[in-house]
Amino acid sequence: MKKLLSGNEAIALGAYHAGVQVATAYPGTPSTEILETLASYEGLYVEWSTNEKVAMEVAAGAAFGGARAMVSMKMVGLNVAADPFMAAVYTGMRGALVVVSADDPGIHSSQNEQDNRHYAVMAKVPMLEPSDSQEAYELVDWAFRMSRQFDTPVLLRTTTRTSHGRSVVDFEPRERVPVALAPLTREPTKYVMIPAHARKRHEVIERRLVELAEFSESFPYNRMEPGDRKVGIVASGIGYQYAREVFPEASFLKLTMTHPFPKRLVQEFAREVGAHGRAPLLVVEELDPFLEERIRALGIPVVGKEAFPPTGEFNTDVVEAGARKLGLLPASPEPVPTPPLPARPPCLCPGCPHTAVFYLLRRLGFFHSPPTELPAERSALGNLQRVGLVIAGDIGCYTLSVLPPLLAMDTQGCMGASIGNAHGLSKAGIPNKVVAVLGDSTFVHSGIPSLIDVVYNRGSITTIVLDNGSTAMTGHQGHPGTGVTIRGETTHALDYAQLARAVGVPEVYEVDAFDVPTLESTLRHCVESNVPSLLIVKGPCPVHKRLTGEALVVDRETCDGCGSCIRLGCPALALEDGHARVESPLCIGAQCGLCEKVCPQDAISALVRDGHA
Amino acid sequence: MPKTDFIIAGVGGQGVILASDLLGDLAIATGRDVKKADVIGMAQRGGEVVSHVRWGDKVYSPLVQKGGAEYLLGLEKLESARWAPYLAPSGLAIVNNQSILPITVSSGGASYPPDEALVGTLRARTERVFVIEGQELARDCGAAAATNMVLMGYLARFLHLEQALWLDAIAQRVPKRFLEPDQRAFLAGWQEAEKAGAHP
Repeated sequence: MKKLLSGNEAIALGAYHAGVQVATAYPGTPSTEILETLASYEGLYVEWSTNEKVAMEVAAGAAFGGARAMVSMKMVGLNVAADPFMAAVYTGMRGALVVVSADDPGIHSSQNEQDNRHYAVMAKVPMLEPSDSQEAYELVDWAFRMSRQFDTPVLLRTTTRTSHGRSVVDFEPRERVPVALAPLTREPTKYVMIPAHARKRHEVIERRLVELAEFSESFPYNRMEPGDRKVGIVASGIGYQYAREVFPEASFLKLTMTHPFPKRLVQEFAREVGAHGRAPLLVVEELDPFLEERIRALGIPVVGKEAFPPTGEFNTDVVEAGARKLGLLPASPEPVPTPPLPARPPCLCPGCPHTAVFYLLRRLGFFHSPPTELPAERSALGNLQRVGLVIAGDIGCYTLSVLPPLLAMDTQGCMGASIGNAHGLSKAGIPNKVVAVLGDSTFVHSGIPSLIDVVYNRGSITTIVLDNGSTAMTGHQGHPGTGVTIRGETTHALDYAQLARAVGVPEVYEVDAFDVPTLESTLRHCVESNVPSLLIVKGPCPVHKRLTGEALVVDRETCDGCGSCIRLGCPALALEDGHARVESPLCIGAQCGLCEKVCPQDAISALVRDGHA
Repeated sequence: MPKTDFIIAGVGGQGVILASDLLGDLAIATGRDVKKADVIGMAQRGGEVVSHVRWGDKVYSPLVQKGGAEYLLGLEKLESARWAPYLAPSGLAIVNNQSILPITVSSGGASYPPDEALVGTLRARTERVFVIEGQELARDCGAAAATNMVLMGYLARFLHLEQALWLDAIAQRVPKRFLEPDQRAFLAGWQEAEKAGAHP
């Protein structure tokens, strides 16, 4: 039967049909839907793990136990999971372990644009790169069988467009292949990596790599597609699809198993298209010159990154521009002029429980903020603007507070880094008080060890955990603080306050995200204190909880257009003809009411002011 | 079967993805190859959303090229204009007459361009631009939340496929409680296209 599936759905379906028994993940764009789809099937164990490292360890453990296991993550997740990944490379496993790394060229929703194909080289594991959903579906089965055959983890590397793009998958509707667990045997020389054992295992890995290289030469998805012999193109992943659009007549070498690199196949292709005598081979690949450098190392003339950029996501236009640059297509037609249009950047939603925290942090004195704050007489904190806060941020929706009008974030690098960065900023001796801000899921993911570090090393920073009860940015997944598993079962919900007290944080507070006066006074107390503090700000994600309500109303007589409410950055508020206006379908009303609370004129309220209240 | 490329653009929550899913389903139902790519940005409300859908005998790229879209369906005016460069010179643009202010405008930093500028951007590409009162049509047929279906009905009238195929695709896609209003909205759009004498 034929179905239009995303690459992620196809991977899940392929894994299900291949008999996957244990699947783990931490949510991360563009990988999240793999586990979400697997959780819609019965007969296998699935979990949102605490972070990618744990996810890798659980999947590897399952594979040690003889199961077919799969772990999926976004590319930077593999940085977090690199340690157990490398460990699994050494031990191998009785069952099978497939590691899905979903890269994000173009940085749609990430902090960098790293090319995870390099992990396959460092780890010396086989790597498969699907170029559409059909291949994604079929390659998962290959990956499990290869993992079993060569006793190694297999890296399945996708990119945003293969993960999220939808294409037709033709498959036999069938029952799952029942796979028995491989028998458990105790083999400490293989599974306990003391140096004496690890040295021997390294030799095994090198022999395995030679066998895998041979396998790659005849891997059926590495194929030549003969065409015009004047242009020879080597491509993998989504780059292949764009190149096919731009060069419909060319000869192609379509590579799918890109590590170990099939050298003889590439040499044969180069001979076929006469790359030595005529034009060089063309390599169309997103991000790093991974294939290009390996082809050049074989002494074959090759052109890649000088025509097709190492940054950003490709599309047909990008590949076409490269072809023009090389003189393979006629010069570009005149670009169509378009008038400048206002951008529509993402922003915190109406009713977001993060908004007030950043609004108040900025008001408390954020050292980058221009001196155009509220007049002192309007601010209860006017005399505190000298505090000069430095805000170490983290990964989540709340990172958007770096944008206007909130402008309340100084640093942000990777998951869980806020607390460690803040502690370091503070220990460097800067005169400013340092605050770390991170979400609940990010705190559990990798913030907790840093909090322990702050206490152990006699630090003094304030940590704010924005607890909206969900991993919101990736689409509202559960996590250890939510009390619900991926299958909807009730489980223990981590108590952040109890945890903070247990690790020795002397000052711990829990505050309602919409109780502005208490939030303001608690924040002020924390940043004035010289001991570590943890502030848990609780409020539900309005999108997750589908919150709606009667919109608030601005009294135009009273509103003097001071802009206090506009600085919340709420998309339901607009400044029009010198007055604030509430965009009623977006506003969730009094259950948020932040604009009402920050209005110095009391011009905004839940009551209709024409007497119909 | 000739290649047919679609761009559906709008703002989060307007139903862009469901509309483009229907185009995907119709392609499979009529034996075409199809690829589709959604660009959603992050999970927050109110960001821009666009779907690329490509029909053909064999489709390689899931993304439409600039100047390649035979059809541009815009659920919001600013977003329609943003994707104008993707419209083919002889293409067809169907625009919902609705403005949703982006944060850059509502916070006072920029202004929302006037209709002449937005629709004019499309008219500079093609004469075939239809501006539709989608929300009004949806409300009038008692399906206020189904503006996307009105627009799909309007578009469908141009695609020379049986109406029953579309209604069936909607039935396969949407939850039971929305099915009746969604189909009604779709038919309202279909009839509007006929009324306007807009179909080829």
